Amino acid sequence: MTQLAGGPGRMGPAPNLPPEPEKLVGASGKRGKRGFRSKEENRAGLTLISPTLIIITVAVVLPILWAVSLAFQRVRLINIRGTGFFGEYTLANFVNVITSDGFLDALWTTLLYSVLGTALAIGIGLIAALALQKPFRGRGLIRAALLIPYVAPVVAATFVWSTMLNPQFGVVNWFGTEVFGWEEPVAFLSDRSVPASIFGWQVELPIALITVILFEAWRSFPFAFLFLTARLQAVPDVLDEAARIDGATPTQRFRHILLPQLLPTIAVLSVLRFIWTFNNFDDIYLLTGGGAGTEVVSVRVFNYLTARGDIGAASAQALVLAVILAVLVTIYLKLFGRQEEQA
Amino acid sequence: MSTTTSTRAPNRAAGGQAKGVGRDGFENTLFAILKPIVITLLVLVAVVPFYYMVLLSFRSLDSLLRNPGALWITPAEFDPSTYLNVLAPVSEGGQGFANFMRNSLLVALGTVALSLLVAIPGAYAVSRLAFFGRRQVSGLFLAVYFFPSILLAVPLFVFFTQIGLRGSLVGLLIVYVSQVVAVSIYTLRNYFATIPVSLEEAAAIDGAGRLQTMWRVSLPLAMPAIVSNGLFIFMIAWNEFLFALLFLVERREAWTVSLGLSQLGGSIEVPTTVLMAGSVILTLPIILLFFASERLLVGGLTAGAEKG
Repeated sequence: MTQLAGGPGRMGPAPNLPPEPEKLVGASGKRGKRGFRSKEENRAGLTLISPTLIIITVAVVLPILWAVSLAFQRVRLINIRGTGFFGEYTLANFVNVITSDGFLDALWTTLLYSVLGTALAIGIGLIAALALQKPFRGRGLIRAALLIPYVAPVVAATFVWSTMLNPQFGVVNWFGTEVFGWEEPVAFLSDRSVPASIFGWQVELPIALITVILFEAWRSFPFAFLFLTARLQAVPDVLDEAARIDGATPTQRFRHILLPQLLPTIAVLSVLRFIWTFNNFDDIYLLTGGGAGTEVVSVRVFNYLTARGDIGAASAQALVLAVILAVLVTIYLKLFGRQEEQA
Repeated sequence: MSTTTSTRAPNRAAGGQAKGVGRDGFENTLFAILKPIVITLLVLVAVVPFYYMVLLSFRSLDSLLRNPGALWITPAEFDPSTYLNVLAPVSEGGQGFANFMRNSLLVALGTVALSLLVAIPGAYAVSRLAFFGRRQVSGLFLAVYFFPSILLAVPLFVFFTQIGLRGSLVGLLIVYVSQVVAVSIYTLRNYFATIPVSLEEAAAIDGAGRLQTMWRVSLPLAMPAIVSNGLFIFMIAWNEFLFALLFLVERREAWTVSLGLSQLGGSIEVPTTVLMAGSVILTLPIILLFFASERLLVGGLTAGAEKG
């Protein structure tokens, strides 16, 4: 839920950071005086941070530890009253979850959804940033307009999309059948697949999955657009100018001048967007409820929790999701982290 | 890219590299044509769903079913009664969105106030004071931030069920604060870091205590960041869905606008156009807030992004 605000702020410290406070303290004052000051500073710092720590411990850390403990217990909603941290620990939940029908499918869907959603969002964001790179009248307004899908409430956005895609009275199907000559309306959000012919090839399109991926791209491309725009503004004009004088064409200038400068930003964006899409629950739950081949792990966890009341299994799946995410992100950082630091 | 034709003219006159110029000219023309098309498409894609939302909110269900393809509205079709219906309380045959708005507003404002109250001293401490475990605290916040919220949802759901706090806005408020406070500290910390320490030292020399310095010097200087942070928190809390769904779903009188719309959206009894009015009510405050403070927000959004 913190996507909206969070991401940008944490792209690492601002470039014009003053030296770390410790160093400041260390640099000034004599030994004895410094000791006194650090002690007082230590106390003040802990006092000021403690409300945050308490809230995070109570509402985040302890619950997560408890979730881990629940994942190893056979707990259902019915016997919830007597449930605590300790109980009979067992691996049964994990065994059940991993061997259950549809878990691996859900995991695969989650991966597909996050990778394609992330790639599309960054791709469209890049195109938008490049198209709006040069100033012109009304550019500010257009930039603001492009950010609307990102700031709008997800519930309203999904509601409008499902109404537009509605097979009975949705505007998309009306245009499809009346203008483009579709034989029958397409149930974009509830059909697992529709036959389509692409250049004479008959293929089955997983239409619901495609729709939720497109929704994800639509909703998060503004985020990539915003970051890439900021990065583009920091690229010095001289480079581009010099390349142009040397006769480089626009695509060459993009390939050899702009892209290398944008790559670190794109790498960071990929991680952020991947993590958020991987964890995403709202969009798919609201669009399809996880039906028609769009069940991602987080929606599955929710269904286990509320519909089946199987708390143990729900925790186990959520835990597996978190671990897989952590592993993927670690691998990514191991592979690319070094380059990012250099950049 | 389209404005470069004139600067390249001498190059072409010089005559050399005929092939390169040809490709250059071709690409320039291509992009000059493509650019407005791409921009128009992007704007349409971003805005049309919201235009459609507003359009439908002023039509009756009958007129929608009669003519689903209409992209504008005739004066005869114009029907603002959808708004009256969606806002009116359930007891008067409406959908009770006025009440949902009150709930959303309470939770969002409460989250903003409480989060800032907690985050400002925290951010100050993290950016200014060397205390034991400062590094670890930052790491903890980062971890909190990237955790799948669904993993957190399970134990909180169980806990709130156990202690009977489900259905209470206060419970939701606490969860929201815990979710945004780490983010809030991160953005504020970056801003505090840009305020010269010398200003605070000057205040200290003048005899101000630490709290006084914070209150009189650092806080006013950090005001722009605090305001944009507050707006962010408001948007997050107003838009949030998952936790509202888990905690409030059984008590209709406690629903937020997001939750209300999602719950009623699944039922057949409420006409789609009435719910579109509800969507507008849900979206409009956020869009207005966004446009009113766009400069501030976008500045905050990209703070620290320059480094990539």
